[in-house]
Amino acid sequence: MQFKKIGIIGAGKVGIVLAGLALQAGYEVRISGSGSVKKIDLTIDTLVPGAIATENADLIANSDLIILAIPLSRYKNIAPKLLKNKLVIDAMNYWWETDGNREEVLSPDSTSSEQVQNYFKDSTIVKTFNHMGYHNLQDEAKPQGAPNRKSLFVTGDNPQAVDQVAEFVNTMGFDPVVHYHLEDGIMTEPGSPLFGASLNATDLNDVIENFADTDFGKQIAAAKKK
Amino acid sequence: MVDVNKLEFGIETFGDIVANEDGSLKTAAESIRQIVHEGELADKLGINVIGVGEHHRPDYSVSSPETVLAAIAPVTKQIKLATAVTVLSSDDPVRVYERFATLDGLSNGRAQVMLGRGSFTESFPLFGYDLTDYDDLFNEKLELFDLLRKEDAVTWSGKFRAELKNQEVYPKTEKELETYIGIGGSPESIIRAAKFGYKVIIAIIGGQAERFKPYIELYRRAAQRNDMPTYPVAVHSHGFIADDKDEAVEVAFKNIKANFDRIGLTRGWAPMSREQFDNETKVGSFYVGDPETVAQRIAHTIDQLDLGRFDLVYGAGNQTAAQRERMIELYATKVIPRVKEILANKEASK
Ligand SMILES: NC(=O)c1ccc[n+]([C@@H]2O[C@H](COP(=O)([O-])OP(=O)(O)OC[C@H]3O[C@@H](n4cnc5c(N)ncnc54)[C@H](OP(=O)(O)O)[C@@H]3O)[C@@H](O)[C@H]2O)c1
Repeated sequence: MQFKKIGIIGAGKVGIVLAGLALQAGYEVRISGSGSVKKIDLTIDTLVPGAIATENADLIANSDLIILAIPLSRYKNIAPKLLKNKLVIDAMNYWWETDGNREEVLSPDSTSSEQVQNYFKDSTIVKTFNHMGYHNLQDEAKPQGAPNRKSLFVTGDNPQAVDQVAEFVNTMGFDPVVHYHLEDGIMTEPGSPLFGASLNATDLNDVIENFADTDFGKQIAAAKKK
Repeated sequence: MVDVNKLEFGIETFGDIVANEDGSLKTAAESIRQIVHEGELADKLGINVIGVGEHHRPDYSVSSPETVLAAIAPVTKQIKLATAVTVLSSDDPVRVYERFATLDGLSNGRAQVMLGRGSFTESFPLFGYDLTDYDDLFNEKLELFDLLRKEDAVTWSGKFRAELKNQEVYPKTEKELETYIGIGGSPESIIRAAKFGYKVIIAIIGGQAERFKPYIELYRRAAQRNDMPTYPVAVHSHGFIADDKDEAVEVAFKNIKANFDRIGLTRGWAPMSREQFDNETKVGSFYVGDPETVAQRIAHTIDQLDLGRFDLVYGAGNQTAAQRERMIELYATKVIPRVKEILANKEASK
């Protein structure tokens, strides 16, 4: 399926950058914040003119692909039934400074995206856009084939959905590197050599393939054993 | 349009620990005294502002910037004395007002408050605040500070501090305290600054400065919507200047990388790559090189964003006193005049 209408939940730093990239790529773009349209209309009209400022319910009803770009500690404010049967990109990370203590946001036994998937159990979650800083997302987006084009890791449990999102990522300006396990999203979380790094596909693949040998990979493996 | 005659140039330090020539580190106390010396130097050389940051960490020497500024006050004549920034969220607005009003008295009206939320969070647990109140704390405290700054009796109540009833706060200043709000990339912050009618200074720590153009437009539009005045916008970014370009790049890479990587380690972001650094110095937000290179880049940013002020954040990592002082000299005597010249030529040819 070719997406036409993209809905971005979260009108913050990342949400606005993604809205700009999606507009550039020719999509119809909706974006919402936690409150009323009035809270974000001036921002959207100034920073990403052309994107439609709206509220979550309207956005979800009118988009074929949804991106969650809100703090991880806030996703439970969105009712699972709202996102039923939707394809949803999880661009979120646990970030101590905004989310507070980890135990209050995440349970220790699985990765954040798995928990997001568990909560939105009738939606299909694909994780991407989470491991590059928002200004790098803005500055590094390049057309397909451009030299040293940067790469984003795309992963999820539903292969068809992952492939669709990978194609979307490509249209947004990045080479997708795909995996088909949502739990592999951990490889791009804070602490990983991929987090906050802007790498091309070769270098990104390199890190992924040798992930078990990185310090972070060892930490994760040790934590799993426990 | 940039008014070259009104442009202001500042330097800011976060109070990084200074290195000895042999690479060993000076004490925090020595590093603090070095800043006072640099303030004096910057004043003599005609730099308009010196800003000192507030941090509560082992790698920075200054937790109480107004105290350092108070020492700079009597040995300087014209330079404005700013914080960069005061973490208002974990401070008491009444105390902030009192400290700055005192500094303003000491310095003949040269105190400048720069209020921000800070990019570090150590001050929250230290002073007993909850990080999850981040936004509420800043909003509430800014509201109170705004009342105090008017210097009339204040009646106010909120969630995070005792209420004030028709309360006067002292000392009164000779003119209103000059106040900036320091912001990063969040649209919400720039709208808030506009609503309060404050001057803004944008911290551009990475990526192309041009991308802030629409944010500055947002500041203007938000102020207009709220019938508030606007001011020329200021920007602060990291930089390093040396006589020789290659030397500047190597010193800056080593030090800025060490600084960013140390912070990254606690936050979980990957170490800075050479590619990333080179990008930042070529087209991004590190102003690094010989005076001509740095002047060209600063002029470009001022022109693109139509700024009224540019502050170079200096001393990142562990630089020697000689490196820091030479940088300040080159900035004042070569870079600033050259930036003005470039911009004046540009205006003339428009
Ligand atoms: N910053 C980065 O460089 C970066 C990069 C990649 C991924 N991420 C991840 O992306 C997410 C967003 O980060 P950010 O830096 O963009 O944060 P941000 O600037 O604080 O923006 C978050 C936005 O989410 C909105 N929001 C909160 N709850 C909501 C809800 N229930 N419905 C709709 N909108 C809601 C907020 O609106 P209100 O202000 O109205 O609450 C705000 O506009 C985080 O999970 C972060 O880890 C960040």
